[in-house]
Amino acid sequence: MSVALRLRRPSGVYRAVAAGSFRRYATYRVATAAGVLTNTVFGYVLAYTFIALWAERPQLGGYDQAQAVTFVWIGQALIGAVALLGGGFQEELHERIRNGDIAIDLYRPVDLQLWWLAFDMGRAAFQLLGRGVVPMAVGALAFELRLPTDPAVWLLFLLSVWGAVVVGFAIRYLVGLSAFWMLDGSGVLMLSTLVGIFASGMLLPLTVFPGVLGEVVRWLPWAAMLQVPADVLLERRAGGSAVTGLVFQAGWAAVLLFAGRLAQSAATRRVVVQGG
Amino acid sequence: MADALRSYALIAAMWIRAALAYRASFLLAVLGSFLASGLDFVAIMIMFSHIEVLGGFTVAEVALLYGATSTSLGLTELLVGNVSRVGARVRDGTMDTLLVRPVPVFLQLAADRFALRRLGRVTQGLLVLAWALYALGPVRAAWSPAQWALLVIMVLSGTAIYGALYALGGAFQFWAQDAAEVQNCFTYGGNTMLQYPPTVFAAELVRGVTFVVPLAFVNWVPASRLLDRESPLGLPGWVDFTSPLVAAAACGVAALVWRIAVNSYRSTGS
Repeated sequence: MSVALRLRRPSGVYRAVAAGSFRRYATYRVATAAGVLTNTVFGYVLAYTFIALWAERPQLGGYDQAQAVTFVWIGQALIGAVALLGGGFQEELHERIRNGDIAIDLYRPVDLQLWWLAFDMGRAAFQLLGRGVVPMAVGALAFELRLPTDPAVWLLFLLSVWGAVVVGFAIRYLVGLSAFWMLDGSGVLMLSTLVGIFASGMLLPLTVFPGVLGEVVRWLPWAAMLQVPADVLLERRAGGSAVTGLVFQAGWAAVLLFAGRLAQSAATRRVVVQGG
Repeated sequence: MADALRSYALIAAMWIRAALAYRASFLLAVLGSFLASGLDFVAIMIMFSHIEVLGGFTVAEVALLYGATSTSLGLTELLVGNVSRVGARVRDGTMDTLLVRPVPVFLQLAADRFALRRLGRVTQGLLVLAWALYALGPVRAAWSPAQWALLVIMVLSGTAIYGALYALGGAFQFWAQDAAEVQNCFTYGGNTMLQYPPTVFAAELVRGVTFVVPLAFVNWVPASRLLDRESPLGLPGWVDFTSPLVAAAACGVAALVWRIAVNSYRSTGS
């Protein structure tokens, strides 16, 4: 089927965008290899610090030592796909709003949010394969990990990772749209990345956070980005608890995607295209 | 040499003026740099809310290690951090512009987009270092003048060692333009590792960062003298004072590799 024909169906457009995005990220082979190397090195360093911490306090945060080390490697494997340390599309969206190219995007007969969602799905799919598999495998070879043998748990984990990507997308879409109201959005980009690192579990598992702080961060949307999928794979969330985790992700995804819609319609009313 | 440094200062001053034109953005960026660097220390504090010692080190001792490596890395980032943009410059062709100017390419790259906001990390590192000195109490009170000198030498040597790694990483990008992230393994990855005591890590890993990539000389080795501990790997005591020599050797190797890389650079033309 020719591209033109495929694009005539509305759902075909988004599939084409996702596939194109997958291919685009697959092009940067050296950068991907460098990313894999970095994630693996950080995985090693953090794994040893977690081993030392759990040696002092076994069962801290409800994990045993092997589970804690596994948590580290899950985090490293998801950094790319869930864009836990930044990256992704929001900087590009930001730039398009700043330089006015957004007017062209709005002129297209596609929905802006769905377009970028499709784009981000393609990116995440590539980065899960390209940047996730190798660090996880290295971690499993070098350390004693606690990985499930039941394929159903792995499927549930993949579903949860998908949820994590959607929640992450919804947050980053809001961050990207902020450029409509701010001339220099680099501060917002940075702040959102920092909050993400802190509240997703990237820094330490959220169950280790003390007192009220721990209670609060476990309910924030960022918890859906690493803590929930990790707990599903570690079977700390099994059965009904795993379903609750997925509902938690779906809930935040719905709320944040809806907020993105509102922001989008408010923003597009503001667009004034300069010049002829 | 004096001319070259003057050019560096002029370029850096220009970028500082540019950054200060948007005062609010600049302050936000400094704050961001401060917080980004501080997150790791938050993790350490959360860890120590559950434990008394990590790998046999108290929180004050870990803070000394953390403060030293953060300050060193912060100073390196500030002074030569943008050398890591070599790949981008080769790709878009602006490297050629630098080559025809009468200032050493390395200094031009280092000063290009000089980011004063990186004082955020330096400040954060210094604050943790100051707190560590306070919290070390009796240990610090017993320091000889030589040990105080070693503290300063440790931070400056660390800055030079990280600087050599940045230069090597930049040189590597002449060959692999997309590999900017590789050097992060050694700089940021190394920094994360050095924030924790050497006793936490496997012996092969400690050997690797002592004899292959001499990161251990940034803080682990000299700090063992300040904390009255065995040198990592049981090295003889005099090794504690060798950080400046290691730093000089690392910079020498980096300078050589940089020279080879620049000389082997072939522009893509038009």
